[in-house]
Amino acid sequence: MSETIETSSETITLTIDGQEIQAKAGQTILQAAQKNGIYIPTLCALHASKENGLKSDIAPGTCRICTVRVNGRTMAACTTPVAQDYIVENDTEELNDLRKTIVELLFVEGNHFCPSCEKSGSCDLQALAYRYQMLSPRFHYAFSSREVNAESPKLLFDRNRCILCRRCVLAITTEDGKQLFGFTKRGDKSGIIMDEELVKNISEEQAQQAMHICPVGAIIRKEKGFDTPFGQRKYDHNPIGSETVCTTCNGEKS
Amino acid sequence: MAQKITIEPVTRVEGHGKVTIHLDDNHQVTESRLHIVEFRGFERFVCGRPFWEAPVLVQRLCGICPVSHHLAAAKAMDMLVGAGDGNGLTPVAEKMRRLMHYGQIFQSHVLHFFHLASPDLLFGMDADPERRNVIGVILEHPELAKQAVLMRKYGQEIIAATAGKKIHGTGAVPGGINKNLSLEDRDAFLNGINGNPDLSADKMIEWSEAALALLLDYHSSHTDFLDGFATFPSNHLSLVRPDGALDLYHGVIRAVDPEGKRIVNDVDSRDYLDVVEEEVRSWSYMKFPYIKELGPKEGWYRVGPLARLNVCDFIPSPKAQAAFEQFRAYTKGKPNHMSMHYHWARLIETLHAAEMMKELLLDPDLQGTDLVTKGERCGEGIGLLEAPRGTLFHHYRVNEQDLITMCNLIVSTTNNNEPMNRAVNAAAVAQMTGKAEITEPMMNAVEVAIRAYDPCLSCATHAMGQMPLEVTLYDAAGAVLDQQRKGM
Ligand code: SF4
Ligand code: SF4
Ligand code: FES
Repeated sequence: MSETIETSSETITLTIDGQEIQAKAGQTILQAAQKNGIYIPTLCALHASKENGLKSDIAPGTCRICTVRVNGRTMAACTTPVAQDYIVENDTEELNDLRKTIVELLFVEGNHFCPSCEKSGSCDLQALAYRYQMLSPRFHYAFSSREVNAESPKLLFDRNRCILCRRCVLAITTEDGKQLFGFTKRGDKSGIIMDEELVKNISEEQAQQAMHICPVGAIIRKEKGFDTPFGQRKYDHNPIGSETVCTTCNGEKS
Repeated sequence: MAQKITIEPVTRVEGHGKVTIHLDDNHQVTESRLHIVEFRGFERFVCGRPFWEAPVLVQRLCGICPVSHHLAAAKAMDMLVGAGDGNGLTPVAEKMRRLMHYGQIFQSHVLHFFHLASPDLLFGMDADPERRNVIGVILEHPELAKQAVLMRKYGQEIIAATAGKKIHGTGAVPGGINKNLSLEDRDAFLNGINGNPDLSADKMIEWSEAALALLLDYHSSHTDFLDGFATFPSNHLSLVRPDGALDLYHGVIRAVDPEGKRIVNDVDSRDYLDVVEEEVRSWSYMKFPYIKELGPKEGWYRVGPLARLNVCDFIPSPKAQAAFEQFRAYTKGKPNHMSMHYHWARLIETLHAAEMMKELLLDPDLQGTDLVTKGERCGEGIGLLEAPRGTLFHHYRVNEQDLITMCNLIVSTTNNNEPMNRAVNAAAVAQMTGKAEITEPMMNAVEVAIRAYDPCLSCATHAMGQMPLEVTLYDAAGAVLDQQRKGM
């Protein structure tokens, strides 16, 4: 499974939801879908853009929200490369309910209080909850005990909202490639840790970028809270899924 | 035989409360209590959160006046980020916040007068409860009801334009504001929202004057009732501008005794802990504040519109000032202790809010772009303001990592706790002494006394005038003698 994706010029034909599309060998199903204006939801995968400062797409494959059926088998669209004549099911009732279940599980597993969360309105998890019309989760809240780490002078790291997507680990590095965030422990003990020294010296731009990369409100820039007014937040006007093709590169990058 | 009467829940106030009236063997009222039975716990669960979340988090205390909590917390955060203590903001930030606050005062006062209080005044306290509610007002006074709806809408739209949303916005941030007022919005508020001239600044002033005239008219024909009902001497406390003007957004703490003598003389709001202290009683979740120097027995005080007009020297807007002069002349310049005159004072403030909104809308500073100020950080922030229901205290301490470690909130209704208990007792003594039977109008009279204070018992949003009421009679041994229910 690739975390960054290389593509070649060989053309592949496959169908998604009955629509025949062309893709390049090495592309993932997700990339091929995005290029063709087909929406597959994501939480951990991130399309590279000027805005987020990424040079190539990332696909940690941790969240499974992009689950599709490929020739009848469930696969993660962000980590599965395209192959000739694949038949991909994506926008089906069954898969969308599965995705809703994942969203619900993420909500009960963390401690999400959207009303006071700065990421509210720009949060991918919240936006997916709206998309799949989550009213109240069908699972019991875990009321997990999660720590807030506010040691860094520029970043607040609120583990209550972290969905362990691993985006920060892959995408936020120093100029010489050192990772600022990393995973620790396993199973339900898994968590994100920071390199305290590196995070302490993070620039204002990088702090902003880290907040932007995190799909939820787990990484928050310190002190400057709530400076985006209502009406200007990411999902205030268009729900998640309406921006299928990346506007920065217009789907031309790959 | 001794009886205990329970009125639960109290209706047409925000939130749930319970009244118990204790009668002795001769049906004399021996004691009355207003119990606040809800518990919110915001002071605890804001701890551990980053300070800039506080203005957004704590406003969830209330669905009627969230703006007050939002702004009081933001004022405390201004202090934390070194943006002064209510006087260090940029003109656009200060004026946007003031506009937000006047929108809030306006809509809240209108809601209270028309929605919660006017049924008693229009139909009489002893009218059929089927009629004596907001639906009755709509059916029998449709023009008035329409005005009330549009006035409330206007205030709510002002809040939306300044805070981002009608309820629970994010406009005020530590050290300032996150947006200015667009020219489009300004023109709409001045000339009429969506081109409707009924939703214009001038109309709000006109209708506020009409509401005040309605109350004064009622007063002239019900003078004994309004002057005598639940009247008792008390201290009065509020913020005032340093020159003595009514100022609902920022000021110094002033309090007067029943004769009008200053007992707290313009103390800096940051020194509030030198002035007030709080007492806890076992039968209520609501604390009982009092002026420290006078102690709990003598030091309790009233806050809110009546107290503000008793404490300030003048109102800095012409029409409200004229109304204020009439109000002060009525008690010959002495503090007014008539609980029902809260309504009068509230409508004078409504008019003031309408005038202030217009004045602010005409101010080009609102289109400025310098939104936030920052200075030297400190670890403690105190923000006071005059919320619709009275003085609101917010106090926070923050650690070096920016997380809140201590929060103390004295909300407006808490300040009025002892006065409301006294008002309940005054009404109960007047209505129930020597009576063998408890009638619905008698119970309503007790509620009317509470309602004059416009309490926000839980800071909740569920008032429709149709809330269930349960009355239970107990004998001396605590056995239920009789039980009556309405609306259940
Ligand atoms: S991270 Fe997203 S889902 Fe979680 S509290 Fe914040 S807005 Fe809500
Ligand atoms: S901090 Fe944010 S980006 Fe990092 S793993 Fe948690 S949710 Fe993902
Ligand atoms: S987006 Fe594919 S696994 Fe997360």
